[in-house]
Amino acid sequence: MKPLALIKLTFAILVVVFLLGPLVAVLPLSLTDSVFLNYPIPGYSTRWFKELVTADSWRLSIVNSLLIGSGTTALATVLGTLAALGLRGSRASLLASTLRTVFLLPMVVPAVVLGVGMQLMFSRYGLTNTYLGVIIAHTVVAVPFVLVNVSSALQGVDIRLEQAAASLGASPVVVLRSVTFPIALPGIISGALFAFATSLDEVVLTLFVAGPNQRTLARQMFATIRENISPAIVSAAAVFIVGTIVLSLAMLAIRRRMA
Amino acid sequence: MRPDLRQRLKAFLLLAPLLAFMLSFFVVPLVTMMKSAVSDPVATEALPRTARALAGWDRTGAPPAPALAAFAEDIRALKNDEQFGDLVRRLNSAQSGFRSLLGKTRRALDGTSTADLAAIDARWSETSYWATIAEAVASPWTDKNLLAAVDFERNPAGSIAAMPEGASANRLIMIRTFVTSALVTLACIALGLPFAMVAASVEGWRRQILLGAVLLPLWTSLLVRTAAWYVVLQDNGLINATLKGLGLTSTPIPLMFNRLGVVIAMTHVLLPFMVLPIFSVLIAIPRNLMPAAASLGAHPLRAFFHVLLPLAMRGVVSGALLVFMAALGYYITPALIGGANDQMISSVIAYYATAAANWGMAGALGLVLLAMTILLYAVYIRLTSAEEQRA
Repeated sequence: MKPLALIKLTFAILVVVFLLGPLVAVLPLSLTDSVFLNYPIPGYSTRWFKELVTADSWRLSIVNSLLIGSGTTALATVLGTLAALGLRGSRASLLASTLRTVFLLPMVVPAVVLGVGMQLMFSRYGLTNTYLGVIIAHTVVAVPFVLVNVSSALQGVDIRLEQAAASLGASPVVVLRSVTFPIALPGIISGALFAFATSLDEVVLTLFVAGPNQRTLARQMFATIRENISPAIVSAAAVFIVGTIVLSLAMLAIRRRMA
Repeated sequence: MRPDLRQRLKAFLLLAPLLAFMLSFFVVPLVTMMKSAVSDPVATEALPRTARALAGWDRTGAPPAPALAAFAEDIRALKNDEQFGDLVRRLNSAQSGFRSLLGKTRRALDGTSTADLAAIDARWSETSYWATIAEAVASPWTDKNLLAAVDFERNPAGSIAAMPEGASANRLIMIRTFVTSALVTLACIALGLPFAMVAASVEGWRRQILLGAVLLPLWTSLLVRTAAWYVVLQDNGLINATLKGLGLTSTPIPLMFNRLGVVIAMTHVLLPFMVLPIFSVLIAIPRNLMPAAASLGAHPLRAFFHVLLPLAMRGVVSGALLVFMAALGYYITPALIGGANDQMISSVIAYYATAAANWGMAGALGLVLLAMTILLYAVYIRLTSAEEQRA
């Protein structure tokens, strides 16, 4: 092997280890039977996975995450899909590109800044410490993902397809249901998955807006790392990683179908 | 209706729900935060008569006599305990002593019609207390928090001056935020640029693996990645255990709760935002460019520095802007991996908002961070849209 190729290979392997190593290294610890997060692992057991489903704080946070994640996904998917349909066709206009930029801003604005503002405003309207408040907060940061995904699904499609259907006598509702919607569906599904994942992983806005009753899994993990780290956190992480792999495979399958 | 108009109406109706939602729950919260940074309505609302009576006072010598009567009247009219408490906090934060003074005065004034404040407490004949009240009721707006966010204040004469050394650490924290973000950006360039070049130079399954290695952490929960680094970096974590096992060190090397740990973990989180823009620029470069340079007699190194690197720079600049912008506002990783001396501006904002309930300072520092981020984003948008037009 030439020296340059060898250097390239070594460097690439080192970066891959840096990127994936910590994630891989942490997984076996979820099966430890000790209370410490150290190698070597003294013995294997599923006690920390049991803790996740039996300990009240973890169980409640998992239920909360699923509830809030579903609410966020529903709200963000509806709002984002409608807006993507509305922005379509007017791609070139200044107003449309300004709106698009504004809709994507929640991805850019630092979460702490948005969190402070939301806490101040939500407390005035009684939205702090409510499920609705947390769902609204998560939706603000999840909507851009839906918008981007649905927009890119619609981008490749000729608008004349729908005009043709309409000229052949299809009513707007029929056009939407049998032409536009099937075209947008893969984008809607991957947008919805992104929205759910965003909600699941959101910590900062949750810190500012949620009360103890709305403590989510991510919030619980944050508190556990900060206050009293226990192997339960790694079990939760293992659940997350497996969930991520399942979600990414689902997303890949959808991409495949789209292509 | 004309078809064009109908089309526009339809587009508007589809956009309206998200527009209304974003206005209510994104724009309004940000405006509320900015307003909290510059508004100071407590004293003006609680002491309206005093505000009028003190309007023309030059804040030296004794206050005008009507102001004393107006103040006594205002305090008697303040039936709401919460509002009174807010007033006490507001004045006491400007000058200590107001807590006991106001409580005593309110009890003494209750049920009487006297305006002889000096008889209630001798402090009412001191100018400084009245000057503080006059300052507080002068306007419902204040620049105090914004000035304090960059370590300035107004001196008694009313002009802007630097705070005394050691009185506030905000400027230090901003410098620290910039330095940490710059270190993370440099680390991302050092790892991301060569990695993107390697990924762009191979094909097939090799490229898939390299890109997958970048994308998988991106799709993994931030909390999971932070927890993973916690396990790897701690004193008896993987790295230290390995070093000890190899006999390279006997005492653990501190990798966590310091700047090094924060930079390592943040680089891991933000590296994909550097690799992906560079990669997308590199694969757009015609494949025959480097052989062309070589055929014209350029040494491979020369071809690299004069052909490939300048072309890759566009990706590096967008990647660096993205990474730096994201790093500036980072909260979770420094909060969990960093020590007390590694906290960045976001942590300070969170402290003011949650622990200290000082919304003015939280808003002012938030405004500074927001302004920096939006500025960087505007530069990024300009660069990328200029790219699109050129392409």
